[in-house]
Amino acid sequence: MSNHLKNITLRIWRQAGPAAKGNFETHVVDEITDEASFLEMLDILNDKLVTEGKEAVVFDHDCREGICGTCSLMIDGQAHGPQRGTATCQLHMRQFKSNDTITIEPWRASAFPIIKDLMVDRSAFDRIIESGGYITADTGGAPDANLIPIPKVIADAAMDSAECIGCGACVAACPNGAANLFTGAKIAHLSRLPQGQAERYSRVESMVETMDDHFGSCTSHGECEAACPKEISIDVIALMNKDFRKAKFANRKDLARK
Amino acid sequence: MTLTDELFAKNTVKLDSKIPDGPVADKWDNYKENMKLVNPNNKRKFKVIVVGTGLAGASAAATLAELGYQVDAFTFHDSARRAHSIAAQGGINGAKNYKGDGDSVHRLFYDTVKGGDFRAREANVHRLAQVSVDIIDQMVAQGVPFAREYGGLLDNRSFGGAQVSRTFYARGQTGQQLLLGAYQQFSRQVGLGGISLYNRSELIDIVVIDGRASGIVVRDLVTGEITSHAAHAVVLATGGYGNAFFLSTNAMACNVTAAWRAHRKGALFANPCYTQIHPTCIPQSDDSQSKLTLMSESLRNDGRVWVPVNPNETRPAHEVPEEERDYYLERLYPSFGNLAPRDISSRAAKRAVDKGQGVGPKKNGVYLDFSEAIERLGHDVVQERYGNLFEMYERIAGENPYETPMRIYPASHYTMGGLWVDYELQTNIPGLYAAGEANFSDHGANRLGASALMQGLADGYFVLPYTIGNGLAPLLNKPMPGIDHPEFKAAEDAARNRYNAYLAINGTKSPDYFHRELGKIIWDYCGMERTEEGLKKALELLPALYQEFKTDLRVTGSGDDMNQTLEKAGRVDDFFQLGMLMCRDALDRKESCGGHFRAEYQTDEGEALRDDVNYCHVAAWQWGGDPMTPNLNVEPLEFEAVHLATRSYK
Ligand SMILES: Cc1cc2nc3c(=O)[nH]c(=O)nc-3n(C[C@H](O)[C@H](O)[C@H](O)COP(=O)(O)OP(=O)(O)OC[C@H]3O[C@@H](n4cnc5c(N)ncnc54)[C@H](O)[C@@H]3O)c2cc1C
Ligand code: SF4
Ligand code: FES
Repeated sequence: MSNHLKNITLRIWRQAGPAAKGNFETHVVDEITDEASFLEMLDILNDKLVTEGKEAVVFDHDCREGICGTCSLMIDGQAHGPQRGTATCQLHMRQFKSNDTITIEPWRASAFPIIKDLMVDRSAFDRIIESGGYITADTGGAPDANLIPIPKVIADAAMDSAECIGCGACVAACPNGAANLFTGAKIAHLSRLPQGQAERYSRVESMVETMDDHFGSCTSHGECEAACPKEISIDVIALMNKDFRKAKFANRKDLARK
Repeated sequence: MTLTDELFAKNTVKLDSKIPDGPVADKWDNYKENMKLVNPNNKRKFKVIVVGTGLAGASAAATLAELGYQVDAFTFHDSARRAHSIAAQGGINGAKNYKGDGDSVHRLFYDTVKGGDFRAREANVHRLAQVSVDIIDQMVAQGVPFAREYGGLLDNRSFGGAQVSRTFYARGQTGQQLLLGAYQQFSRQVGLGGISLYNRSELIDIVVIDGRASGIVVRDLVTGEITSHAAHAVVLATGGYGNAFFLSTNAMACNVTAAWRAHRKGALFANPCYTQIHPTCIPQSDDSQSKLTLMSESLRNDGRVWVPVNPNETRPAHEVPEEERDYYLERLYPSFGNLAPRDISSRAAKRAVDKGQGVGPKKNGVYLDFSEAIERLGHDVVQERYGNLFEMYERIAGENPYETPMRIYPASHYTMGGLWVDYELQTNIPGLYAAGEANFSDHGANRLGASALMQGLADGYFVLPYTIGNGLAPLLNKPMPGIDHPEFKAAEDAARNRYNAYLAINGTKSPDYFHRELGKIIWDYCGMERTEEGLKKALELLPALYQEFKTDLRVTGSGDDMNQTLEKAGRVDDFFQLGMLMCRDALDRKESCGGHFRAEYQTDEGEALRDDVNYCHVAAWQWGGDPMTPNLNVEPLEFEAVHLATRSYK
């Protein structure tokens, strides 16, 4: 049965544009059912703001099921809020109590510039994928899907890292703003599969280099793993680093032969 | 105003479905043998705009770019990876017959035609079944980690409306994995320069010059800037309109604007009343809810649906003895049982809840019970199959499905209707194509589970790349209008005026308020069950509410930067106009078929009663200048390979 929370104070980051100076704005939610999701609470607040003639708080969201990776809020200093393995949109008000004060901020990372209020630009992630986060297989001409059996454990392990939703919480949580968990997850997905072997080393080289162009460097804090809504294991970073070293070595050998 | 049949003009456009010659199984091969080709070196002389980067759009854009066309891709999302396709859970069909259980292209074709209640075009459906096998090969080659058996071969499950196991899946995240596969292939082309990507960019108009689609007008959602883009062909892969109901399982941003704006520029909108209400969603818990969550239909493989026999039952589920439970799907449809198709299962749930047998605090659900499956298979196997869905359920409903049966209820999920297209997926406007959920083509009056992902990828990977070439070949080296053409300027001005007008109303109610109210009307009168009286009522309520929208809307902020309230206003405006067409179409179709259930037309047992003499056709509506006065065009459906039969799942 549902309960009602009373008197929730929200401190929300407002920022008019990328170059504008931002500040916290305070709003009080008098009453809300604990069945409501966190974002539904913001919907209700926004509806009220618009009716009062004020501008709604801008925030990114879409699927509201924890799968699209669009939602992206720093809640009380934690990426996606207090519940482990949970994206912002899956957070329900049951996680909070009456009279709580909740601070809501955007992802803060130099690679993710703020667009407005709580919305940031994460296109640097797309640049990493564009540089090699794929298996080259033009449409048509693929062999029968069952031609290459893949042991279940391998397929499952690939799936574990393929589950990354590209939300950027790992970057936001990292003191250095590094994207190693995101990049490592894609590399681990593709490099574990037989289909991904042909490009294994060229892929890791170009993805890591693109990552380094945009993001900070990893110093193994491990905050990323704790913040990740899909609980991607930090092991993927080790795998990426190992492959990257091999790639550098292999490519030197190739060059020497020429 | 009274609503009579005479209100609309009929057969105003000549419809040519361009179905190739030959027996149904040979049509696609015949088409490919006879189509015109564009020489590889000439392909780069053509620019193709693809709007939408879901499964249909990303696969089309990537393939067209691989072939050498210049592709401009647009999405209102921040990244191509986020389209609504990402949320699909259950799986994708492919007639591989890997299980040796008697599947074949013909059987998938037949199941889809029958599942659609004989209201789809045979030739399109057959092609879909044919290319379904190539999709699975293509996705595996790209590294999609589909579920596998211990021997390393691909695993399959079964879905509603089928008696074979032909559904491929990746845990409960099949849509995510397929979309990421297509997105990666798409991103490779962005990196190589074959695709220019415009993200956070919303199509707000289509430009038609001398009867041909010549480009689009787009609003940059970050800066508010409105710009034009010209091309030789435009593909709309912009998804469905299920959010017309406000509460649905669709992602929050899904909307009909792209298709609707094309409709207003002359593209016919087909079968708008064919909407799918999915039987297994989490029931609404309170009135402020913004969105409903689907529980994958795959759960019906092992879950059993029941309600207490006694409407006044108060005991918790596990205390209700077997003989006081009504496993109504197993009782009514013994051969398909819990896997009866969606429309049938949804209506059965509605009947139970309407009779007062609903469960949960609001008595607005039915049970989906796993206790028997847990006993039979063990906790671990059930967890392996459905673990993430159970977890998702618990997060939302606050109950643990391993211990308490899930509560489910139908919700708006998918729209079979959409832009009318011919066999080439071209609308009646030359140069304008529609793919994926945005078109009406393959599912008739009801879509079977795991067939939307299949259709989106079929359209994008294996159909459009051929048919667009056939359309472009004759245009080689012919001059095409550029964005300096006055039509582009006029469309830009009209769009600017439209958005400025929303800002200028300065009323008292938000776009969300209107969306919610609009959704209630459509759900009540054009939802799971429709009547002549109700639809007529809706057609009085909707214009009145629309009038209020136009005079009492409040949009704060400006049009010169990121303004989600303004975006929403434009989308709700188009939903209003579409909503009127949905009701009009439902009123005009005096039969029940698939997802369109008219209470007046049912069998003694309460099943849909089709009228093949008068309604075995596609209803394709033409914009008539006002949302209340559309013109009806009819494309008769002819069945050669399958016999029109009464659908039975008993
Ligand atoms: C919860 C859920 C689960 C599902 N599960 C399954 C399943 O298991 N199996 C199955 O087969 N089907 C399933 N479906 C259905 C299936 O997911 C969809 O039908 C399908 O993914 C639609 O793909 P699409 O490419 O046509 O459109 P979408 O994925 O909706 O993509 C639309 C694209 O168009 C863009 N767009 C739209 N309008 C504009 C505009 N005006 N300007 C610019 N860009 C625009 C969007 O940004 C987006 O990129 C499910 C649906 C839901 C809601
Ligand atoms: S690794 Fe985790 S936190 Fe980082 S983008 Fe992927 S899902 Fe988000
Ligand atoms: S809104 Fe899609 S993951 Fe949160």
